[in-house]
Formats: sequence, structure tokens, C-alpha cells
Amino acid sequence: MNHRRSHESAVGHVTGKAIYTDEQRPLLGMLSIYPVIAPHAHARITRLDTAAAYEVPGLVRVLTAADVPGVNDTGAIVQDEVLFPTDTVSYWGQAVAWAVAETETAARLAAAKVQVEYEPLPPILTIQDAIATQNFHTSPQVIRRGAPQSALETAELRLTGEVEMNGQDHFYLETQASWVIPDGEGHYQVYSSTQHPTETQLIVARVLGITSNQVTVTCLRMGGGFGGKETQANPFACVAAIAAQITGRPVRVKLNRQHDMMLTGKRHGFLGQYQVGFTRQGLITALDVDLYADGGWSLDLSPPVLMRAMVHIDNAYYIPNLEVRGQIARTHKASNTAFRGFGGPQGMIVIEEIIDRIARTLKLSPELVRERNFYHGSGETNTTHYGQEIADNRIQRVWQEAQMNAQFLERKLAIAQFNSTHAYQKRAIAITPVKFGISFNKIQYNQAGALLLIYTDGSIQLNHGGTEMGQGLHTKMLQVAARTLGVSLSRFRMMPTSTDKVPNTSATAASSGSDLNGQAVKDACETIKARLAPIAAQLLLLLPDEIPQINGKSSEADLLQELIFAEDTIRSRTYPDRQVSFEAVVKQAYCDRISLSATGYYRTPNLSWNPETGKGNPFYYFAYGAAVSEVEVDGFTGTFKLRQVDIVHDVGESLNPLIDQGQVEGGFVQGMGWLTMEELVWDNQGRLRTDAPSTYKIPTISEIPEHFQVHLLERASQPGVIYGSKAVGEPPFMLAMSVREAIRGAIAAFSPPSLEPDHIPLPSPATPEAILMTLEALQQNASSEVLVKPWLIIENR
Amino acid sequence: MPDKTSSQPDQPEPNQPNAKKPNAKKPNSKKLNASRRNFLGQALTAAGGAIAAPTLFKSAQAQEVAANPLPEGEVAVQLTVNGQTQSLTLEPRVTLLDALRERMGLTGSKKGCDHGQCGACTVLVDGQRVYSCLTLAVMQEDKAITTIEGLAQGETLHPMQAAFLQQDGFQCGYCTPGQICAAVALLDEVQRGCASAVTPDLTTSPATATLSEAEIRERLSGNLCRCSAYNGIVAAVQQAIGQTPPPAAVVLDQVIHA
Repeated sequence: MNHRRSHESAVGHVTGKAIYTDEQRPLLGMLSIYPVIAPHAHARITRLDTAAAYEVPGLVRVLTAADVPGVNDTGAIVQDEVLFPTDTVSYWGQAVAWAVAETETAARLAAAKVQVEYEPLPPILTIQDAIATQNFHTSPQVIRRGAPQSALETAELRLTGEVEMNGQDHFYLETQASWVIPDGEGHYQVYSSTQHPTETQLIVARVLGITSNQVTVTCLRMGGGFGGKETQANPFACVAAIAAQITGRPVRVKLNRQHDMMLTGKRHGFLGQYQVGFTRQGLITALDVDLYADGGWSLDLSPPVLMRAMVHIDNAYYIPNLEVRGQIARTHKASNTAFRGFGGPQGMIVIEEIIDRIARTLKLSPELVRERNFYHGSGETNTTHYGQEIADNRIQRVWQEAQMNAQFLERKLAIAQFNSTHAYQKRAIAITPVKFGISFNKIQYNQAGALLLIYTDGSIQLNHGGTEMGQGLHTKMLQVAARTLGVSLSRFRMMPTSTDKVPNTSATAASSGSDLNGQAVKDACETIKARLAPIAAQLLLLLPDEIPQINGKSSEADLLQELIFAEDTIRSRTYPDRQVSFEAVVKQAYCDRISLSATGYYRTPNLSWNPETGKGNPFYYFAYGAAVSEVEVDGFTGTFKLRQVDIVHDVGESLNPLIDQGQVEGGFVQGMGWLTMEELVWDNQGRLRTDAPSTYKIPTISEIPEHFQVHLLERASQPGVIYGSKAVGEPPFMLAMSVREAIRGAIAAFSPPSLEPDHIPLPSPATPEAILMTLEALQQNASSEVLVKPWLIIENR
Repeated sequence: MPDKTSSQPDQPEPNQPNAKKPNAKKPNSKKLNASRRNFLGQALTAAGGAIAAPTLFKSAQAQEVAANPLPEGEVAVQLTVNGQTQSLTLEPRVTLLDALRERMGLTGSKKGCDHGQCGACTVLVDGQRVYSCLTLAVMQEDKAITTIEGLAQGETLHPMQAAFLQQDGFQCGYCTPGQICAAVALLDEVQRGCASAVTPDLTTSPATATLSEAEIRERLSGNLCRCSAYNGIVAAVQQAIGQTPPPAAVVLDQVIHA
């Protein structure tokens, strides 16, 4: 393995010929749909009159709740997500009706004519408002280790504080898109830009009031997903399906960018309130945290997002006494959802904030305090607060290598020199670690399937349950299949992900795509190999007594040991001159009436989780990384420049270093966007004011550091995972915490070394405006004797 | 579908499958120093043109109406895309992007924002980059439009396409057609001596051989990539303009042809 192979759709991408959902050839009589948008965050619907819309030429139908043939709900975990609201609007932009028309233009014009009257109600728009009114989706979740309260009371030093962080729009370049094609016999072919075709299938069937086998959902590929198409594709596929059922005609929907940003859920904003106890050496002895996630109007995937935040509150640090409580705020906003990291980043931001405060309080360097608190050794000090021992702890390895590659100490000295001679620009360097648990928190999702079809000319179709969103999963799966069967990649056609090929799949999410589907693909290939082996043996004239016997193994195992599948041939290990082509074996298999198709299946072993106690082994393993970032902050404007980034990341024995490097770079930059520039702004009516790239700033090519070095950890094979690899989709996202901490360091450097503040409450995202305001607040505090400090420090002794 | 289909594209001339490459056209010397960032100039032209369009459409309609009555509110327009001229009838407010995607089946150009803010719809008009969502199709008569589908010569990729492929300048691929069209125009702009906002010395024309990474970034800053394949994109441009990408850039040992 370990080949830097380009993306399987590379040629399609550079020629513009790769087909996404809305790039398919339109069908005769295809209709378009367009939403009727509610101009309130919270309101009662008092009247809905569609008559005027029918004056628009080309309008076919206005869909309302009365048209839903099955269940009017698209909720993923619980059914609390009404598709067509009947009495209450729950967020600004919620679609209360949909116009179905011959063209998108006609649908848009007709939607504008639908008359809806509302009685506005007061909205809840912030986590703080939800706490004040006790508006939560679920009861509190708790994970506890040791005796945090008594440990806090006896701690040498104690700090309390809070940290709040904003959400993040996915901003996949391809907005939500679905095509639904009815066959006239009551079946529906859905093409959807969805990370979870099986769930889309189940929910479309639920909404149509038919069984799942009547609906096939296919995902050709996605123009980006990032978690935003795990559940958020479902409502739009459902509306198109209803329109297709009622009209009997094919229907397409592709949201415009404004609607996509307004209607779909985002990364959860979080509020963390903490008390931490620590020693004068900076060792954390006790931590008590309340985490509040902004769930939005419906539950969606908020419980597992919150749980992942709670089990990543430790990041890489051993905390002997810890209690973390979690609540999901119910607010009148779009329903927040999965986004790369899935709560992990939000939990980790809290602990990194705490570590930095401890360091500044004690006048120690942050990296020293980080390192002192790492999980280490074995047993208690290497076990998480939820009771899972970290079997293969590589935190020190990535940490040391990243510092070495970045020449951390030398540069820190050089930066101090720079800062002493520059009054208005300050630099800082920071290193942060990442430890990220790999597996779906929900154990049942940790399974996958594959379907391998070999044709008599030796060509192969490969199906698996994962979806391709640019992360290179299909490429990796082709590599796994080609390696296992010992044939060339050119034999394969990768099939679009479809529920009629591989059923009951999990979302392509949780970084698990390659781990789960790779094992299923390998399983299917091995089934076929076992069937082909006896045929190859016959063609190679290998007699049973010529095959070396391996103690304790079956004759089938002996045979598979004896045969080498490689380079499109099958040959004998004992008699290397005997070989036969893959095609010849396949043809003979057909003649001998041996099946040339096989399914593959995998479930992750050794997972356990008890939601009552908050204990178990929810993760198959952990992924590790460390990033060193250097920034320069301008004191006049608050702008920062990311000067240099050096990353060491653990992807195990990489299936494809080219793809993995892209994932690490892309995850890091997306994380940097979340933490430094992507600012979601809702006004006091709950209207999202950042609903286009003109107002919502994602990283551009200009923000990439000129020196951006990604090093994949070497000699890092992970036992028990597909060909020794490790999951890579999400963990690098959190490497960007180093940028936030470097900015904080640069802000601190504006104070004279002797007067450096012991707390720098940096908002997230740390936009230039936020940086400037932080700088000004610190300067005001320093210049006046009246220190406004809501963050209390208590010396116990 | 936004619009009705009511006309047939012209059959291409059998002997000229790849008519003159528009971006190879000798540029109008007047345009040479007209604007520091030509694509910005184009965008402004487009915005100005949108206001002027009804007049244009009336005169076009007046010429056509006697011979062949058009559907109400539509105008006849001839568009030359990738060397082939097609006759269409369009509502005059249809953008070039919608005409390409919905009327000509050229879906390589993507609708990422439809507001001229993401760059996914970038195409070349007379060799210069244009956000096709910000310009009207009826304004493009007598111009040579090149989309991502028109860059390759048969099976032979345009050098910029080959460079994106070899330097892994994409992940999901959705922004890639726009990135490549922008990068092709970038190369042309540098060769014509156009400065950028970060050109260090405005008295000296930039040259491809010495174009800095900062220049490449600045000149591609109108094209978003959410996957952040930006390092690969910079390396691809460096390769295509004859520079050697930094050693961190990747050499592929095999490309998988789907």
C-alpha cells in the first residue's frame, strides 16, 4: 500500500466531467421546487393561503403539510423535526410550504405569492437565554471520575471561568441537492448529495408512508460534506419525493447559497463554565465543567455531539478528578448538526483555554504546563475520565517530533528578540496536542458492508457503503480491493454509493469511512479469493499433496497460503513458474458455476459504552497529532498573519499519503477558519446576517501560511485497522487550536514581560475585531487600578 | 429547471472540432494596461452591462421578430462556446452560468453562490476570466467563451489541467473547474504584464519565471476551496508556469482513471 495515488475522479474533476447530483442530464418533464420562507424565528402560523401562487404560469402545485402522505417529520434520532410546520415556526427561514413548478424561476415566483400570516412569539436565541428559561432538549448528561468537589476544595490553587465559542457553517461548495425520480409503479430513485444514504432512504420512506424497499437512495459524489450532509440532506430529499409522488414526475432541488446557510444546521456553538484545581507546578488535580451546546430548534444529532465534547474535555491530559455535565440548549435557530470533529473541538477548546490560564497564572510557559499534564505511563495516569485506557499512547511522540521539526525553542527565542524590538507588531509561537477517539459513539453505527461483482472478462465493480465527498474514500477502497485481490486498479469501476447495492449502512462520518468500509471491502475480496483458489489450483495443476501443510490450519488456509495473488496473476509459492492469469481463473470459475460476486461485512470489535454510568471503551483507538503555529498580530488593526505551521500527525501506516496529507492540511485550515475568521452573526430577531460568502468569511488561498509543513508520523502502523492505517478525516481539524493559542501569546506580548496578564479571555472566533478588542481591554485594565475581572482567582493557601 | 428548452444547438463544423482557442487570441493592445486586475474589470463591466441589457435585448428582438416569432419575453442569441456556435432563445436576464448549465448541458461550471463571491463559475470570455453567474448570456454574443470542458484538446489535457491533476490541486473537485479557468487566465494576465495588488514593483512587468507564491495566491484569491487544497493549487500553478514546485509538493506514481 502506501501509494500516493491521485483521486479516482481526478480526470473528471480537472475536465469538469465529474457528475454531482445536479450535474446529471435533466429528465423530460422534470420539475423544480422552491421554499416559502418564514420571516420569523418564532411565530404562530395563523393563515396560509396558496391561491395566489397558482396565478404564476408554470406552477404545478404548492405543497403544504396536508400533502404529506406519511409522517410529517424528518427527525434522525427522535421525531421532533416537523417537515412542514402546521402551527409554529421554530427558526428564521423555516420552510412552511414549497412551490413545485416547471422551472425553478416559476417555483420561486410562485413561492413569493403564497400568503402566510404569523403571530410573532418571543424567540430564544442564545445559550444564556436558554439557561435562564431552562429550555433544554434533554436531561443533563454526566461523566465523573474521582471526587472533583473535594479535590477542588483541597487544591493548592483554583480558577473559575467560562469560555464561549461560536458555531461554523459547513460551506460545502455544492449546496444541498436531491433529485427524485418516480418509476410510476410506486418506487422512487433518489439521487442525493447525502453522507448517509441509508438514513435518507428511511426518512424518505417514512415521509412518503411506504416501506424502505420502495426507495433507493444513491449518492454519486458530493461537492464537500464536512458533516453538513449527514442529516441535513434529508428534508430536501423528502420534499422532492413528496412532489414526485403527487405529480408523478421527476423533481429536482438544489438550494441556493442563502437558503442553504439559512435553513441548514451548523456546528454547535458551545458555552463552557469551569472550575479547575491545580498545583503550583501546574498539574491539574480537579476539574468541574458545565458544557452547554446550542442545539437549535430540534434535536438532530445533538446528543452524540454533546457526548463527544464531554469525552474530549480531557484532550491529551490526565485529570484525576473530573466531572463534566452536558446540556443541549433549545433555541430558535436552525438545528445544529454534525461538523468535522463532532463536538470534540468544542470540548478541547475548553481544556486548552484552562491550561493556558493555569500557565499564565503560574508564569509558566503554556507548552510546559501542557506537557506536564499529558497522559502517561500505564493504568490510572493513562486512563481517560470515562474509563478507557489509552492502549497506544503516542502523545509524547508527536509532541517531541513536532517541536523538533519546527525548531520550537530556537524560534521562541528569536520571537522574543523580535518582540523586544517591535512595539506595534508582536509574534508568538504555540504548540497544542490532539488526541481524538475513533469510532462512532453510537456502537451500532460501527458496522459496514461491501459488494464485489466480478464479470467474466475480469472487470470488476466495487460497491461499499461509504460516500465520497472529496476525502478520497473511493480511492482508498479501490487500493484496498486491488491489493487484496492482487489485481491492477484499472480493472475496477467504483460504483456510486447506493442503498440497493449495500443496505443498512452508516453515515460516512466520524472519520470512520476507510476503517469500516475498508475492512468490509477486504472481507468481500477474501471471500472471492477463497472461491477462486481451488480453481486456480486446478489450472496450476497443483495436487493436494503438493501444497505445504501449515500446522493447525484448514486445507483452505493452506491453499490460500500457497497461492500468491499479485500482478493480475495467481501463482504457486512452492512452484513459482506455475502461474495463471486472473482472467483465466475468473472464466473457469464461471464455467465451473462458482459465484463471482460476494458481499463483505465488518463490525468493530471490543466497543462498549454505558450511557448511565458514562463509562466504557467507546473508541477502538485514538488518533494523535501536534501542531506548531507562529503568528504575527498587528496592534493597530488586530489582524494576524499565520507565518508558519509545522504539523506531525499520526495516520498509522497511511493507505495513501497524498490523500492523508490533503486531509491534514484541509482539516487544519478549516479549524483555523472556525477559530479565527468564520463568524456567524444572528441579529436580535434571530435572522442570520452572515448568509453568503460576502459576509461569512472562510479561509482563502491568501490565508494559508507560506511555510506549511505536514509530516505523517512514521513507523506508526495501527494493529487491527485496515492495513495498519488510521482514521484521518476529523482529528487534524483540532490541530488549529495552536493558531488560537499563538494569537493569545501574541496578544500577551503587547504587555511588558513583567506585566503580562494572567488571563487573556480571547473570544472565538478570534477575528481581527475580537483581537483588537481584547488588546484594548487588556490595556485599559493595565492602565487603571480598577481591574474588571469576572474571572476570579482564589488562593486556598 | 430554470428555463424552457426551445432551440437546437448548431451542429459543429466537422473539420473544426477545436476552433481557435479564445485564450490564445492576440489580446487587444488597448486592454493591456487598462486594469490592474482584469477579472475585476470584467466583473464591473458585467454589472454595468446588466443595467444596459434591456436596450440590447430590444434591438436584438426587433431584428428577429419579423422572421421568426420568439416566445414572449425571450430574445435570440448566438453563443460561441468552446469553439462551437449555438443559437438559443433566452429570457434576457438569464446569466451566462444558467445558459451554460441549463441550456447547453455544460455543467462543469459550478453554481457555488450565484453572487460572484466564490469563483466556482469562473469561465473565460475572450481569454479573460469572468464569473459567469455575474454576467448575462445575451451580452456574450460575438465573444469566444471557453469553459472547463473546452480546455483540453481531445484526450490531451490543457497543461493547467495536467498540473492540477499532478499536484493534487483538489479534493471534492467542485471548485476545480473555476480554479483551473482562473489559473489559465492568471497565466495569460502575467504574460500580458498585468500587475496584481501584491506586485512588488509596478515599473517592472511580472514574469512567469519569477512569479512569487504570494503573487499566485493574490491572483487566485477570488476562488474559494472549502476543502483547502490550496497548497496543491499553488503548486499546480507553479508547475504550469514552468516553475519547480517546492519539494513538499507531491509526485504521483499513478493516476487512477475512473
